[in-house]
Amino acid sequence: MNEIQSSNCCENNHLSKLEQIESVIDLYKAKPSNLIQILHASQQIYGYLPLEIQEFIASKMKMAVSEISGVVSFYSFFSTKPRGEHTILVCMGTACYVRGGKKLVDELQKQLSIEIGDTTEDGKFTLEIARCIGACGLAPAMMIDKTVYKSVSPNKLKSILAKY
Amino acid sequence: MQLQNQCVAYIVKGDKEMVKLTINNKVIKASEDTTILQAAKDNGIIIPNLCYLEGVHEFGSCRICSVEVVGAKTLMVACMTKVKEGMVVHTNSAKVIKARKVLYELMLSDHSKACLSCNRNLTCELQKLGETLGVGENRFETTSCRNEIDKSISITRDLSKCILCRRCVTVCNEVQGVGILNAQNRGFDTTISPSMDLPIGDVKCAFCGQCTVVCPTGALKETDSTEKVWEAINNPNQRVVFQTAPAVRVALGEMFGYPVGTSVTGKMAAAIRALGVDDVFDTDWAADLTIMEEGMEFLHRVTDVLAGKKATLPMITSCSPGWIKYVESYYPEQIPNLSTCKSPHMMLGALAKSFYAEQKGLDAKKMFVVSVMPCTAKKFECTRSEMQNDGMKNVDAVITTRELGSMIKQAGIDFENLPDEKFDEPMGFSTGAADIFGLTGGVMEAALRTVYALLMGKNLPFENLHVTPIVGLSQIKEATIKLEGVLPQYKQFEGLEVKIAVTSGLAGAKLLMEQIKNGTSPYHFIEVMGCPGGCITGGGQPRSHDTKVKEKRMSILYAEDENKHLRQSHENPSIQKFYDLWGSPGCYKSHEYLHTYYVDRSGNNN
Repeated sequence: MNEIQSSNCCENNHLSKLEQIESVIDLYKAKPSNLIQILHASQQIYGYLPLEIQEFIASKMKMAVSEISGVVSFYSFFSTKPRGEHTILVCMGTACYVRGGKKLVDELQKQLSIEIGDTTEDGKFTLEIARCIGACGLAPAMMIDKTVYKSVSPNKLKSILAKY
Repeated sequence: MQLQNQCVAYIVKGDKEMVKLTINNKVIKASEDTTILQAAKDNGIIIPNLCYLEGVHEFGSCRICSVEVVGAKTLMVACMTKVKEGMVVHTNSAKVIKARKVLYELMLSDHSKACLSCNRNLTCELQKLGETLGVGENRFETTSCRNEIDKSISITRDLSKCILCRRCVTVCNEVQGVGILNAQNRGFDTTISPSMDLPIGDVKCAFCGQCTVVCPTGALKETDSTEKVWEAINNPNQRVVFQTAPAVRVALGEMFGYPVGTSVTGKMAAAIRALGVDDVFDTDWAADLTIMEEGMEFLHRVTDVLAGKKATLPMITSCSPGWIKYVESYYPEQIPNLSTCKSPHMMLGALAKSFYAEQKGLDAKKMFVVSVMPCTAKKFECTRSEMQNDGMKNVDAVITTRELGSMIKQAGIDFENLPDEKFDEPMGFSTGAADIFGLTGGVMEAALRTVYALLMGKNLPFENLHVTPIVGLSQIKEATIKLEGVLPQYKQFEGLEVKIAVTSGLAGAKLLMEQIKNGTSPYHFIEVMGCPGGCITGGGQPRSHDTKVKEKRMSILYAEDENKHLRQSHENPSIQKFYDLWGSPGCYKSHEYLHTYYVDRSGNNN
């Protein structure tokens, strides 16, 4: 009984998210030139952009799914896989790279047992890299959600992750 | 007054200004709306190019046609840059030649080098360009980043041979309006693929195969069926039956060096026989049969509607399997509008294994029916579970015109010197109405010839029996035929204005479907062919760069029609004889063998 209720609840949740995405599309008048903004907002609403959501957007905007998918796969910001509760973004810009950004990525991959772009099994973290987050003076830097961590070294990572 | 204004506007619009420019030190004049590439070509200067396809893909994606324009910061692509007054262009300066070779080498860097075993060997445009440019080395050899081979029932994609020119993207999105193929991912990882890199058989592709016609390399082609056809031919226990679609005979010759627009009907029949085939039938015969069945179905539907009974109009033709799969995938609610008639080659297949086998005392289970089609979608069609009778597939294999050409070459047949031969009876004789099944407007015209004659007792009132408003290559063609003075037994049709529409290409079909969906479709009868121009330029036809290919193949097919003594399907004595033995159009047995049903594929991609 509980199971049925919870699945209904998920279904409702899913439908309300689709409604929200639809209202974003309406807001942007379903114009193909506004596709990136629409995808941006849709990812915020749904968390990620699986094929099903891309198909929904395509049908509402009267565009080909392959065109939507072309844009989604072009920009590294968009994800087609579920995202973790928190996104770790390690800067791999020149300054951070030479000061050990790569080592941070290696260590995070080891500690979280995931590859770049993937999400931990418990759904807590998604690991991403960025070309530059504009904090070169703080190199090597990384972000978790909106918080910037400066001069990070691999041995600090455990305590940082423990905060989440 | 209004008309006059229009004329003036037209003259102003048509009066393009001429500009003077210099190409390779030669002063030339060109209209201001031409590109450097075109202006050069018109003056005997050839600029090497690759992705450019006149009238279809003018996009500048490959950059091979780069030229030096004096004063411009960078090299300009000749296929996109319009001529200007006083422009000075160099198409073969050292700078240009060097850039072009580097571009080519970069394209080769991750391109498969399996040329000798590629199905486009000697017809590959990339290969030909290498010869033109005189590139003698391969400095940037890397491993290919795209090695996947995606094989569906109809179309095979070999990503290691894709050069990202995007011609297929243009035909799929803009010409056909389906949008299955688009660029996915970024940079070195870019592929031209369906959404989320899914296999093409897993998305709602109509399998029209237009992408395989424009692909310059071996990246997109029909999925091979020749292997199983050879197996059947070489199996002494199997009786192999071939049939050829109307459009095949006006294009096959191109595979053997004949100019575009040559009809090779007699040689084709002879060549197929020389392959070792037992029966060489003509799908044209079944096209005449289709008209009898479809014409009758149309009359029944109209009769029902006039009598206030339930029936779905407009009725839409069902000969084009790419079109059928498109409706099933995108407009399932319009399935009742589709004629229930099987496509002609399916009718012939069904009858070969029943009617013909019975007559000849053959074991139908040992028969292998091969359809030679201008079409890739028919490969999918013949695997449909509803295309079976008595537990047997109606058609066992479909090969394209290109595949037939290849088989004839493989067998060492001297095509050019073959004497003309005829098709086998009882399914070989056809009227002119059947020939025009291969071009846009043809099925409708053939149906009108017979339906009109049946209702009115006289011939269709158009010169040479051609329904002029539906002849030609416009996207949507329409006509109204008023029935006045119908025979007494059909008096319910008196005064009816039959409204018809014809379209070819799925983009046009989409427009007509939207009308039906909105309830604003004024038509009784619609003909749709999935490929622009109809089967003459179907996805399985020889690839041609002749910009007049449609017109040339079309005129030769009309000529085949006009050269025949009998030009209306119901006059075909062979069809009359068939019905004497079989029953009548639309009878129970006809429904069993010659009609079918359709499947909603909107949720399920297969």
